[in-house]
Amino acid sequence: MKGTEAFQELLPLLGDEPVVHANGFICRESFNLKDRPANFYMIGSMGLASSIGLGVALCKPDRKVIVLDGDGNVLMALGTLAMIAAEAPKNLVHVVIDNEVYESTGKQRTLSNTVPLEQIAKSSGYREVARVDKKEDIKPAFEKMLNSQGPSFLLIKVEPCFDHKTGRVTHTPEEITERFMKSLHRPAAGGN
Amino acid sequence: MSSLTSQTFVDRLIRENFKFFTGVPCSLLSGVISHLEKVECAKYIPSVREDSAVGLCAGAYLSGTLPVLLMQNSGLGYCLNAFTSLNLIYRIPVLVIMSWRGQDGKDAPEHIIMGDISQKLLETAGMDYSVLKPENFDQVLATAMQKINEEKLPYTLIIEKGLFDERH
Repeated sequence: MKGTEAFQELLPLLGDEPVVHANGFICRESFNLKDRPANFYMIGSMGLASSIGLGVALCKPDRKVIVLDGDGNVLMALGTLAMIAAEAPKNLVHVVIDNEVYESTGKQRTLSNTVPLEQIAKSSGYREVARVDKKEDIKPAFEKMLNSQGPSFLLIKVEPCFDHKTGRVTHTPEEITERFMKSLHRPAAGGN
Repeated sequence: MSSLTSQTFVDRLIRENFKFFTGVPCSLLSGVISHLEKVECAKYIPSVREDSAVGLCAGAYLSGTLPVLLMQNSGLGYCLNAFTSLNLIYRIPVLVIMSWRGQDGKDAPEHIIMGDISQKLLETAGMDYSVLKPENFDQVLATAMQKINEEKLPYTLIIEKGLFDERH
């Protein structure tokens, strides 16, 4: 499965959940496929999507919060997996698109071809962990995590596919802050 | 003016509506963290690194909760990319409580260089700060609140050795 296909499967499953995006390919792919106000696009500060998501999840316990992360970002902040496991927010779903490379900088390899990230999450103490490599397995795995107690960790193995013609996020960082905050102030639509 | 202690400091921050505290400990802040662990109306979350704490604070702020980041100045290096590529450009404020190890070159060797340059680093990054003293607390807190609430930018209070009680 190509990275884009994973996004095509995943994004239609989202409701009004806040989604914190890791920088690089993750931001750009998601922005171009389906932009939404509840998307926080982290364009710099690599490694911090998971800690930003943890902060949101702890302060908004009535909302399901999703972190859309990449393998490079997770590896840069492995300690944050321990923080998430220790704080154990029931409302956090950590999705990792694992293409085994730093895709937007030219596909240099990460370590996730040999180091199974979902095993690290499991040993850290995430309540639910799954690894999928088939497109059709994404929907059931993600929906299960949306409807059960977290923290959960969904690793989606993909092949690199990033097209450098894919545009960057066009909102300014300040606009991203404003619309994300506004979307969070709305009461949740569902009964998470 | 009431005296400034770990307890009065924390209580005042909570009254200013800071309800989310995280960071990496320093002995100079041990009394403050120890008090934070006791109060019920605020949360203290241990962070594994100072930049993770920056991320956590950003998430709290985006959710409508005012955050405080506690750290030693040795953590400033880890935070600079987060401050410059997240807080400053997204206008995500945070109150940083940063202890000053290596002040006047008198400390363990690992603290000397950062002790000398941490204020210069903040200035280079365009981040405002004050050195907190018992007699300027009201004034610097007002400045910090203006920076945070009006300009939506981080503000740092620098804590010298001996300002707060140490518990170790």
